[in-house]
Amino acid sequence: MSPRVTWAVAVRVLSQLRRDPRTLVLILGVPCLLETLLEQIFKQRGEVFQHIGAPLLGMFPFVTMFLVTSITMLRERRSGTLERLMTMPLGKLDLLAGYGIAFAVLAALQAAVVSALTFGLLGLDVAGPYWLVGVLAVANAVLGTALGLFVSAFAQTEFQAVQFMPAIVLPQIILCGLFVPRDAMAGWLHGLSDALPFTYAYDALARTTTNSLGGSFAIDVAVVAGSVLLALALGAVTLRRRTG
Amino acid sequence: MAAVAVKDLRVVRGGRVVLPGLTCEVEAGAVTGLLGPSGSGKSTLLRSIVGVQRVAGGEIDVLGAPAGSRRLRSRVGYMTQAPSVYGDLTVRENLRFFARVLGLPVTVVDETIEAVALADHADWIVGRLSGGQLTRVSLATALLGSPDLLVLDEPTVGLDPVLRRDLWTVFHRLTGEGKTLLVSSHVMDEADRCDHLLLLREGRLLATGTSAELRARTGAEKLDEAFLRLIDEAGEAA
Repeated sequence: MSPRVTWAVAVRVLSQLRRDPRTLVLILGVPCLLETLLEQIFKQRGEVFQHIGAPLLGMFPFVTMFLVTSITMLRERRSGTLERLMTMPLGKLDLLAGYGIAFAVLAALQAAVVSALTFGLLGLDVAGPYWLVGVLAVANAVLGTALGLFVSAFAQTEFQAVQFMPAIVLPQIILCGLFVPRDAMAGWLHGLSDALPFTYAYDALARTTTNSLGGSFAIDVAVVAGSVLLALALGAVTLRRRTG
Repeated sequence: MAAVAVKDLRVVRGGRVVLPGLTCEVEAGAVTGLLGPSGSGKSTLLRSIVGVQRVAGGEIDVLGAPAGSRRLRSRVGYMTQAPSVYGDLTVRENLRFFARVLGLPVTVVDETIEAVALADHADWIVGRLSGGQLTRVSLATALLGSPDLLVLDEPTVGLDPVLRRDLWTVFHRLTGEGKTLLVSSHVMDEADRCDHLLLLREGRLLATGTSAELRARTGAEKLDEAFLRLIDEAGEAA
């Protein structure tokens, strides 16, 4: 791995995003719209928004970055630029880490904008520190990016890549404990949710709401970090210098 | 001396044998033209030489090292058949990125843009360029850092005659500097500009030599005709 090459990749991906203002507006604007809608529909039951506001804030980057990354990486594979890069002195981890850094920067921007709206105008309050929600949002973005990089290897077309969102992301959201507390789930569903990385990301976010940042919180963060590393390693395995 | 030596190269793609056992050489400091109809295995051979093709057997020596070796990665420039650059970045941004990956100083970027006559379009978004300009951006990327071996897959396809002539001038200037070029084409009229030819058909080497030699050997006036006669000869021999 070389910091120079990793940085070159990150700068390039960010330049590409800068050239696509409409995508940027969507990435920053859509979560704001959704948080506002949620706050409005739970107007009569403010405690619901207080309960789910922060976890959702952390969920948006996970979903957006998963989508954006899997499509960007698919383009890289299909346009021939990946093949060209594979003939150059570029390590596979340089490419993956470069993507990770670029999308983490974008996620930090997204988290800052959505937090300002949610904690400010919409009046969301958490017992834990606000900055921690932002940090967790960025961590989720990196998790989404790492998973997106990995699954892009299994898509041949953009249509397939987009379908991986409902296939891989939505089950994790359904089972993470947001809709039904995990303790109330049937044994096999509980077991399944134990195996999904977003469960831990959600749990960490939920714990910032109540400021219960003890050992369980540390385990959550460790599992998310481990999942990122595992997904990046799997992603590196799918990047082959030689292809058929 | 050979810059590239291919021995018994066997490549199978999607269950189909593309190269059944190819042996050939690319002379150093010259332009070698790899000619043949589409589907003859030209791109597969080039991909094998730059080390991105999974091979089923054989050996490829490139500049004294096995194809795809780590230390070849800054000595071999490769231009894929489809222009492989980022359509949403400018010409300069594209080249700056690849120059950074190669660890080259940024000054090479403008020099290289000059070399492919794109200085007027340096700040254009690549996706808005014409087909010929796009091909030149892709070529410029391969030229970055003046690699010792340039592997170019149909670099002049879709270019107007004036540009094609200019690019061939660039290619010959590079061989003058001691660089080796391997250029594929399915247009036979480019053969006369090559120092050597490799004629490929159905994954087999049909003939090698200069254009003049091949025409003299077959008694044909044009290389197209010579190619057909060589196919007939090969058919009779089989």
